[in-house]
Amino acid sequence: MKNKYIIMNIEDNCATSLDKIPKDEELEINNSLIKIKQEIPFGHKFALKNINKGDYIIKYGEIIGIAIKDIKSGDWVHVHNIQSHYLEETK
Amino acid sequence: MNDGFLGYQRAKGLVGIRNKVAILSSVVCVNNVAQQISNKLENSIAITHPLGCGQFGPDFTYTIRTLVGLASNPNIYGIVIIGLGCENLTSKLLANQIKRSKKPVDFFNVQDIQGGTIAAIEKGIKIGKKMTAEANEIKREPYDFSNLVLGLECGGSDSISGITANPAVGIVSDKIVKLGGTSILPEFTEWIGTEHLLMKRANNKEVAEKIKSALDNFLENIMKIGIDFRGIQPTPGNIQGGLSTIEEKSLGTITKAGKAPIQGILNYSERPKGKGLWLMIEPGLDVESMTGLAAAGAHVIIMTTGRGTPVGNLVSPVIKICGNPKTCDWMRCNIDVDASKIITENKRVEDIADTLWQKLKNTCNGDKIQAEILGFDEIAIWRVRGTFPFSLE
Repeated sequence: MKNKYIIMNIEDNCATSLDKIPKDEELEINNSLIKIKQEIPFGHKFALKNINKGDYIIKYGEIIGIAIKDIKSGDWVHVHNIQSHYLEETK
Repeated sequence: MNDGFLGYQRAKGLVGIRNKVAILSSVVCVNNVAQQISNKLENSIAITHPLGCGQFGPDFTYTIRTLVGLASNPNIYGIVIIGLGCENLTSKLLANQIKRSKKPVDFFNVQDIQGGTIAAIEKGIKIGKKMTAEANEIKREPYDFSNLVLGLECGGSDSISGITANPAVGIVSDKIVKLGGTSILPEFTEWIGTEHLLMKRANNKEVAEKIKSALDNFLENIMKIGIDFRGIQPTPGNIQGGLSTIEEKSLGTITKAGKAPIQGILNYSERPKGKGLWLMIEPGLDVESMTGLAAAGAHVIIMTTGRGTPVGNLVSPVIKICGNPKTCDWMRCNIDVDASKIITENKRVEDIADTLWQKLKNTCNGDKIQAEILGFDEIAIWRVRGTFPFSLE
């Protein structure tokens, strides 16, 4: 049996795919249905909820970055819509 | 004994898990002399490098400390050092420092031998044969894991490494520390973004401050020379694999060091001053990093990889663990422990840690890992700054 995705911490607002997840696939996660908006490559992240521009991206229960665009639930989360929070802070 | 391994006794209370004679070149000019001597000797390695002359200041210090450290690693029984005779890193200087390990050490310069390299190679083989014969007299004896120094490494990471292989390594590292052993986490550029977490784990306030100042100084220094760190980490390969930011990569990286408290922060190739978990300053390049770990006295290195890498180390066996199912399949011959079963077979991280522990034990007992079987044994020394920083560009 294969897992399609993994969530590292209950506070996370993104999940990591463990398989290529096709566009429009619907996943039931924590009793809510998430529709995948773009194909998620293996090892990449998708949003578990709507994330506003400027909000933190949380993985491992820690801040891994900040949204530079509004991100919708089921969106691919990567360098096109998030950037390092840490490096911005320490500039 | 419940949990231990069979190792070779060394002077100063140390234990080795390999029992080799090293033929060490003091300078690049005699690399092939060292290699040709080693080729004729069973159970020997040639430690060669592109350095040893025209180096000054911190760069020179790093080279000396690394070569002395590699030769002093308990996996090496004895050392024959080959110099040329006109270099600034002399065979005598290396010999004097390596002798502090109380190992058998011999050295000579090619320019001091009548008959050129042919005679020098003959002389090296003669000394080496005597040394390897002595080494073969030593038999493995049981030791506990408090004698072990473990190096933690990752290379070709993807976002799977941080959620599969790395946490499994963290469990093994914690177990070594719990059994009284030592573990070293290098690759300090990959701690960036996690300082707050590492500082919380520091043994005392001084160590916490040192972690912070090391990273602050590093970022400040590279900004001064116009390098934007964001362009370097995560690497293009990391980004392709799904890692978006340095802090995401770093959080995945530091899980290799488990949850143990941090005893201190070491310079490149510096030997830990006690047991437990240590951090090491090192630039995040796999081969340079593992050379620094071996020079610091690591007997064995566990390396996690996502995208796959063949690299090994001349002195310390490198156990490769991979969490990526495709890499475990396509690069099967380069992987020792398959952590992708966390994905494909719903295995738990703890199950993979058990398999890894057994592999570690077997490796300490003398079983060859894949990089040893396939002959991958890279060495590279970190050049902290160019001795002649000049270019027409």
